[in-house]
Amino acid sequence: MMSNRFRSVSLLALVLPCVLASRAVAQVAVRGKTVYTMTGAPIRDGVVLIRDGKIAAVGTAAAVSIPEGFRVLEATVVTPGLIDAHSTVGLSGIYNQPHDQDQLEHSAPIQPELRAIDAYNAREKLISWIRGFGVTTIHTGHAPGELISGQTTIVKTWGDTFDDAVIVSTAAVAATLSPLAQKTDKGKSPGTRGKMMAMLREELIKAQEYQRKREKADPEKTPDRDLGLDMMGRVLKGEIPLMVTANRAQDIASTLRLAKEFNIRVWLDSASEGYLMLDEIKQAGVPVIVHPSMVRAFADFENMSFETAAKLRKAGVPIALQSGYESYVPKTRVVLFEAGWAAANGLTFDEALAIITIDAAKILGIDNRVGSLAVGKEGDVALYDGDPFEYTSHCVGVVIDGNVVSEAPQ
Amino acid sequence: MMLLTGCLAAKAQEAAIHPDAPQAFVGAKLIPISGPEIDRGVVLIEHGKITAIGAADAVAIPPDARRVDVAGKIIMPGLVDTHNHIGGFGGADSSAPIQPDVRIFDSLNVRDSGFRRAVAGGLTTLNIMPGSGHLLSGQTIYVKLRKAEIIDDLFIRDADGKPTGGLKMANGTNSMRDAPFPGTRGKSAALVRERFIKAQEYRDKIAKAVGDSDKMPPRDIGLEALVEVLDGKRIVHHHTHRHDDILTVIRLSQEFGFRVVLHHVSEGWKVADEIAKAGVPCSVIVVDSPGGKLEAVDMTFKTGAALEKAGAQVAFHTDDWITDSRVFLRSAALAVRAGMSRDGALKALTLAGAKMLDLGDRIGSLEVGKDADFIILDGDPLSVYSKVLETYVEGQKVFDRTDPKDYLYAVGGYGAGNEQAPYLCCFDQPEGQ
Repeated sequence: MMSNRFRSVSLLALVLPCVLASRAVAQVAVRGKTVYTMTGAPIRDGVVLIRDGKIAAVGTAAAVSIPEGFRVLEATVVTPGLIDAHSTVGLSGIYNQPHDQDQLEHSAPIQPELRAIDAYNAREKLISWIRGFGVTTIHTGHAPGELISGQTTIVKTWGDTFDDAVIVSTAAVAATLSPLAQKTDKGKSPGTRGKMMAMLREELIKAQEYQRKREKADPEKTPDRDLGLDMMGRVLKGEIPLMVTANRAQDIASTLRLAKEFNIRVWLDSASEGYLMLDEIKQAGVPVIVHPSMVRAFADFENMSFETAAKLRKAGVPIALQSGYESYVPKTRVVLFEAGWAAANGLTFDEALAIITIDAAKILGIDNRVGSLAVGKEGDVALYDGDPFEYTSHCVGVVIDGNVVSEAPQ
Repeated sequence: MMLLTGCLAAKAQEAAIHPDAPQAFVGAKLIPISGPEIDRGVVLIEHGKITAIGAADAVAIPPDARRVDVAGKIIMPGLVDTHNHIGGFGGADSSAPIQPDVRIFDSLNVRDSGFRRAVAGGLTTLNIMPGSGHLLSGQTIYVKLRKAEIIDDLFIRDADGKPTGGLKMANGTNSMRDAPFPGTRGKSAALVRERFIKAQEYRDKIAKAVGDSDKMPPRDIGLEALVEVLDGKRIVHHHTHRHDDILTVIRLSQEFGFRVVLHHVSEGWKVADEIAKAGVPCSVIVVDSPGGKLEAVDMTFKTGAALEKAGAQVAFHTDDWITDSRVFLRSAALAVRAGMSRDGALKALTLAGAKMLDLGDRIGSLEVGKDADFIILDGDPLSVYSKVLETYVEGQKVFDRTDPKDYLYAVGGYGAGNEQAPYLCCFDQPEGQ
């Protein structure tokens, strides 16, 4: 043990200049008794070869020879690095004190101009916590809790800065159609469901008119630039989806109505009564980022079901799973555990793994880069000493862009 | 008339499954907790008690017993949750930091859906407590999750017929607030000490009166509860996270000689030897991540393992709403992930908790003479895939996963919630506590 440790330390010293020059230097081979590639049937005794940070080969150990000098990691089960399709970590921090809580700005109910990029703390401790369970990509940003709370981003769970970590700088604009966004400060924030929809529609109509005027040739009539309306304009053009957090059936219906009225791309978020709206959601062609399987059953979630993910998927709705937003203890959930609970409540093992890997990547629009173990994709891999969903298994290794970022069993 | 007939029919049906009929559960793997696991065993119950337990070929099944084939299943004792907040809890109010006169059971709604979810999770005994926003937020109540019409039906009574329970206390940041609440840890401890000294004086006055009603002090129901604590009849259940707060609790318990269970114990792993040396039992919470408040930043899955290794008594709790009663088994499994022994972790869901409620002689293990509180599982209790199929309290089935009504509460769905949203003190605030 000791000599191995020394060897890796001295190796580190040798390669340090290269690390500074380029993040992805490690040449790594991951060998697993079972390798879930998410592109087909699992491979028994498989190898994933990662060269210069990208996957160079995937196959059986017999078919893929490991070149000299490659570092070899071994595990019982190997999966693609996991994707958490909706989190707030990096904006929400472990201490839960005002100085590390940037996920909700309460000064106004509609602030699409708030960028996640300006708040994301790449060194946040919760990020290394979830990474230790195999989560390598997160969609994170402004939390549910204001009508339009701000923007979201997609990042890897590694790197010292936002620029190191970023995959998609602005992924979505986050909206909340739920009593979570209702306030009692009369006149500023919405107090009812009707008012929430009225304010959202007004904002989108304002953005339509702003866009039209901005695009007119006459510079005399061009309205002043407005960061929020710029952003809503991108939503109206379909460049960026509006992620709408809605749980009750009527709020889900409102979300679908809004998508149709303005012909915008929508990600339906949470959807704890989604099992009541299977046909409607499917017909609308809207993907769902499902609430954590074990979300607490009260308030907006009082009719939550452990089987929501299974029912939506069975109905043919594209879904991904999330760890969600936690305002108290624990400060974050772990999407691996939420997927395990979904696997125990109606989904098959493969389906439950898909909604935190390839299916999540497809919804988030990053499946060209991550989400499966396929040649050309980024070298993000999670290693486990047993069934990843079993509580008593451990994540025994995490590789991001070909870098072995964690080996301590967690 | 129609109504009456309906009632009679229901009564007749109830009689047919009366718990007094002896029942033999045959063929399951038994996890008795008090002894080694039995691969193919029999549990015999009658009049709500366990009358025999052992290997299938070692237990004589009476001819009149109703046989229940549970081959391939697993039977273990009903789970004991030492710290739970279901029932729409509301203990002490904001008028004062120390309110021992308040009883939690005066606020509980027995029809709260939390009770239905709890039996679906295999819980059979709970310590329902007021919250942690006070130094002392009131009297807790120990309940069995029997079928019930009023909260009294759930009480676990002592030999005199009195409902049993403990006393909820807290230190650290939750109970530090604007006046009249303390603003520092020093003030918190001083306020507690002053009140316990008052209770000692009250007790002494009663003793001196020797039954003479003219010499008795005016009755004080808050001090009465504290005297029960001083006399060792009522256990203090103490919310505490930080390592130094844990030691403060131990110091106070030693000064006044009260019996205490440490709850949450997030930094217990830092002072595990001190806890073990003091002989103070720990009820541990297991949650998905550290943080959420400053005191919980060093929280870890390994707390159970560290305390076990040091020789301290360990139980787990749900702290439901913090974690859902339906996933209580998971607390033990995650502790095993972090190095706790399997036997220790299973005991921490059952017998260890029972002992922390002074109920170790009645519940918590599959032993002859104990209450027939048990669960039937379709797989190993530490596996994510295993389901609680049935839950029994005192021989009566209180949860059956094949019953659609029970299933609704077991997995959730439309109508599984409460019509009245429960009162929650601190979990819906978006900002730091």
